[in-house]
Order: sequence, then structure tokens, then C-alpha cells
Amino acid sequence: MVGESHICSAWEEAIVNPVITVENLRKTYESITAVDGISFEVYRGEIFGMVGPNGAGKTTTIECIEGLRAADGGTLRVLGQDPVHNGRAVRQRIGIQLQESNLQPRIRVWEAMALFASFYQQSVDWNALLEQMDLQAHRHVFYEKLSGGQKQRLFIALALINDPDIVFLDELTTGLDPQARLNMWEMVEDIRDRGKTVFLTTHYMEEAERLCDRVAILDQGHIVALDSPANLVKQLDAPLRVEFEPVGPVALGPLQALPTATHVEHHGHRVIAWGKGDPFIVDVVQTLTNQHIRFRHLQVAQPSLEDVFLALTGRRMERGQ
Amino acid sequence: MQSLSKLALVNAKLYIREPAAFFFTLIFPAMLLLLFGAIFGNEPDPAFHSTRGFIDMETPALMAIVIASSAFMGIPIAIASLREHRVLRRLRATPMHPLAFISADLLVNFSMTLMGAMLLILAGFMAFDLQFHGAWLLLLVAFTASALTAFSVGYLIATLSPTARIAQTLGMVLFFPNMFLSGAAFPREMFPESIKRISDLMPMTYMVNLLQAIWFGQPWSEYRTTFIILVLTAMGGLFLAVRHFRWE
Ligand SMILES: Nc1ncnc2c1ncn2[C@@H]1O[C@H](COP(=O)(O)OP(=O)(O)O)[C@@H](O)[C@H]1O
Ligand SMILES: [Mg+2]
Repeated sequence: MVGESHICSAWEEAIVNPVITVENLRKTYESITAVDGISFEVYRGEIFGMVGPNGAGKTTTIECIEGLRAADGGTLRVLGQDPVHNGRAVRQRIGIQLQESNLQPRIRVWEAMALFASFYQQSVDWNALLEQMDLQAHRHVFYEKLSGGQKQRLFIALALINDPDIVFLDELTTGLDPQARLNMWEMVEDIRDRGKTVFLTTHYMEEAERLCDRVAILDQGHIVALDSPANLVKQLDAPLRVEFEPVGPVALGPLQALPTATHVEHHGHRVIAWGKGDPFIVDVVQTLTNQHIRFRHLQVAQPSLEDVFLALTGRRMERGQ
Repeated sequence: MQSLSKLALVNAKLYIREPAAFFFTLIFPAMLLLLFGAIFGNEPDPAFHSTRGFIDMETPALMAIVIASSAFMGIPIAIASLREHRVLRRLRATPMHPLAFISADLLVNFSMTLMGAMLLILAGFMAFDLQFHGAWLLLLVAFTASALTAFSVGYLIATLSPTARIAQTLGMVLFFPNMFLSGAAFPREMFPESIKRISDLMPMTYMVNLLQAIWFGQPWSEYRTTFIILVLTAMGGLFLAVRHFRWE
């Protein structure tokens, strides 16, 4: 009986209890309040993202959770423990990729893997990890001779070396070319699919939208929104934008008369129409066909997280840096 | 324990791959000895009690230079550079015990310094008719205490220096006066009185005197105070260095 209830509660704990709990986290540097009382939870097996412009407080938050910086206020729990007081115990079970760090310039790739593996009570076969990160051919290369992308992959490999329950990735695709970024995204999804929890930060909205199960949008030390990217966009209730280039003259009246349309205007050679809901696209195309208006270069722009940020803060992400 | 031996092994490899530290600690002191020997020879000299030659005096003195090279140049530059480039931060993001890192670093630096001293002594015996009248074990203890005292100063310089460049500057400010004024590079017997007075202010002077006294088998009473002070400062210094070690 005792054994059974024990198993039951352990199982319940695994699915009900979050792996990370942040309550009212606060951190100030001299005059700057970098993180201003934020709270959220991260659940097992999800990719949780924290997105926001540079200086929003992402690194401060993630490093407090990792136990590398001491918070000025609030409560933190990582895998049920305090990451500062039980720092070394927590770090046995998590993997960390820092936004900015290096290894010894003349350490070889394989030496770094073997050294880091020795820090943990349990570690995976790091040769397989190098294979997976496409670094096997570079195992004898000095760290200083690696390219930016190779260094980044080595840091991911080091973050996975203890088969961690939670992997923390701070700006993992900064400085990567588009192809390398795509590969990195696939790798992160792969980590999640193997049952790990991923906590990542990024200042690229499209990265958060593509990769995260849930995102917290951070701005000036506050969480301004937290949900799945799809829900955030849906709640925004922003209009769809349909653009096309008519061949010959076109009257805007019939388009403006559509019940789903909110606004239609000429923009140089092009016509831009805003409207609500997916039927709007069909309505526009049907109207054009019925009116025998020929068109080319039709584009549909869905609202994105970028629009969510704009709506919530009144600033554009990229320019608001 | 496993990570301590792994760290020490990796640190030893990294040390050997760094040409400057390797040269100044392992090669340079022996080279200096051979050079001095070629210039001054090792004939008994009235300046050194009539029974000792220049090389007899220089060999124990140069042991202090090996220590100073590690302590004031090697350690501060290496540690400040690892901190400046955020290598220490990455190591801290693991369950590695901080003491394991510092112990491994200390162990490797001490081993290399000891090796540098042994190469120096070997060169002295092979090239010259070197005299030794002391006890090797006592010499080893005095050498160890001197090294640990100087190393703890080295770690404290690293703590004070935000960058490797500043660590290098501070290290040189300590290294050169100590080297030239302590009797390590030139025997104190050659100094005029005024320089001798400045020499008395150099901490390394006491290390040089102690190593020479033990080397020539002087009675214990002659260096007991220096010996005890050095052992105590080694322990106190290491405690301070570990306590104030900065990871970022
Ligand atoms: N160690 C520090 N000392 C002083 N200010 C800091 C420090 N780290 C971060 N800050 C400041 O705190 C704010 C948040 O920074 P950070 O957490 O790095 O944001 P993000 O990772 O979102 O770019 C910024 O204004 C930054 O300048
Ligand atoms: Mg950051």
C-alpha cells in the first residue's frame, strides 16, 4: 500500500508540478531594474521561450533560474530545489548554454567533452553527441580554431552531456547563418521530442513563433504576454492583410462592401485589403473573379508575434532595441 | 576526485601548449644559470665566504626566480584571461566544485615550478662542479612554502585584475624589482649598502636567503624564524586567495 501510494504521488508530481517555478522574481543592478517582479511556470516536456528586445531582462532571468546570479527578490524552484542554495545539485540535472562564454583557447574538442563529462554523476556517450552535432571530424581541433557555428554546436553538446532534465539555451542562434539556424531549430525540437524540457531565450520573434510551445514576451523587465504563439496571435484579433497587383483598372467598391473587409486602399500599383478571419481571403479572391478582374502577385500576410509585440508595447521589436 | 584529476590532466596539457609560461618557468632559469656560468664561472670567490662560487650561490637563488615567474606572470595572466573571456563562467555553470578547479590549477603550477627548479639544479650539477651541503627534504619543504606564498599573491593579483593585460602589468611590477633586488638574479653580496637596504624590503629576499641557507646546510637556528613565517604566510595566503577567488 505504502509503495503504491508513493509511486502514485511521484507520478502525479511529474505531470502536475512544474519543473520551474518563478514567483515575483526581481533583480536590480545599481540603478537599473532589469527584472521587475515576474512570475511564471515551465512544464515538463515543453519548449518554453522568453522573447523580447535586447536589454529586456532575458539573460538576467535565465541566469537567476540557473543559479548563476542571485535574485534580489522572489522565489525560484528548479526541479523542486532552490537553484542558488542547492546550486551544485540542481546543476547536476540541468544543461546550460550561456549567451556569452568561451572555453580555454587550446583545449581540444574531445578534451572539453571528456572534462565536462567528469563533472557529472551521470553522462551520456559523448562521442555519439559529437556525431549528432556534426563535430566528430573536429574532435582533435583546438577550441580557438572552431568557427562560430561550430563553437555554438560544441556548447549545445556540452549542455546535453549529462542527459539533463532541463536544457537552458540563451540566444542560441545569434550569429548563425540561416541554414545553421534552421539546423539548430531542428535540433532543439529533437531535444524536446526526447522528453526534455527546453527553456530558451531569443530576440528573434520568428524563432520564438516557429519553435516554442509557449512564449513569455518580456519588455523592460515585465512579462507583457504569456501563451502559445498561436493563441497570442489569435487573441490579438488583428486583421489579415491581402495584397495583389490588378491587371488593368479596378474599382475598390465591391471589396469594401465585403462584410469581412475592414479597409481597402490603393498603394501604388498594388491594392491592399485588410479583413477579419480566414474566409476573408476566399471572399477577396471570389469577388475579383466575379468582377472578371485579373490580378497577379497575390500575397497574404498573417499577423505574427511581431504584431503582438507591437500591439502590446506600441514599439516594433527590431527598432525598439 | 574524478574531476580533480581530469582537471589537473587537462590543465597540464594546456600549460604545455602555452609557450610563454612553459619557457619562462621550465627553460629560462636553467638557461640563465648556464649563461651566468659561462660568464662568471664557478671558482670559489672571497665575496662568497671563499669556499663558494657564483653558480653555487645562484642555483638556490634562481629557484626563487622559477617561483616568481609562475606566481607573478604565469598564474595572474592565465586566470585573469580565463575570467576575461568567460571561460570560468562556463565552468561555474556545471556542478564542478570550485575548490577542485583551484586545486588543479595550483597542483599543475606547482608541479611545473618544481620541474623548472629540478631542471635548473640538474643543469648546475651537469655543467658545473656544484656544491650542495643541505638536506633535500628540507629544501623541498622550504621551496613548497615559498611557492605557495608567492602563488597566493599571484591569485590575488588575478582577483584584482579585470583583464589579462592589467594582470600582466601588475605581475611585472612585482616580478622585476623582486628578481633584481632580492639577490635572485645577482647575489646580494655584490650589492652596495644602499641597494641592500632596498633589498631588505623585497619579500623574495627572504625566500632567497632561506633557500641558500638550507642549500649550504646552515644550522636551523639561523633561518628558523623565516622558515616558520613562510609556512604560516603560505597557509594564510592560500586561504585568502581561495576565499577571494573571482569567477566573473
Ligand atoms: N552584470 C550587469 N551589470 C549591470 N547591468 C546589467 C548587468 N547585466 C545586465 N544588465 C542590464 O540589465 C538589463 C537587462 O539585461 P539582460 O538581462 O542582459 O537583457 P537581455 O538578455 O534581454 O538582452 C540591461 O539594461 C542591461 O544593461
Ligand atoms: Mg541576453
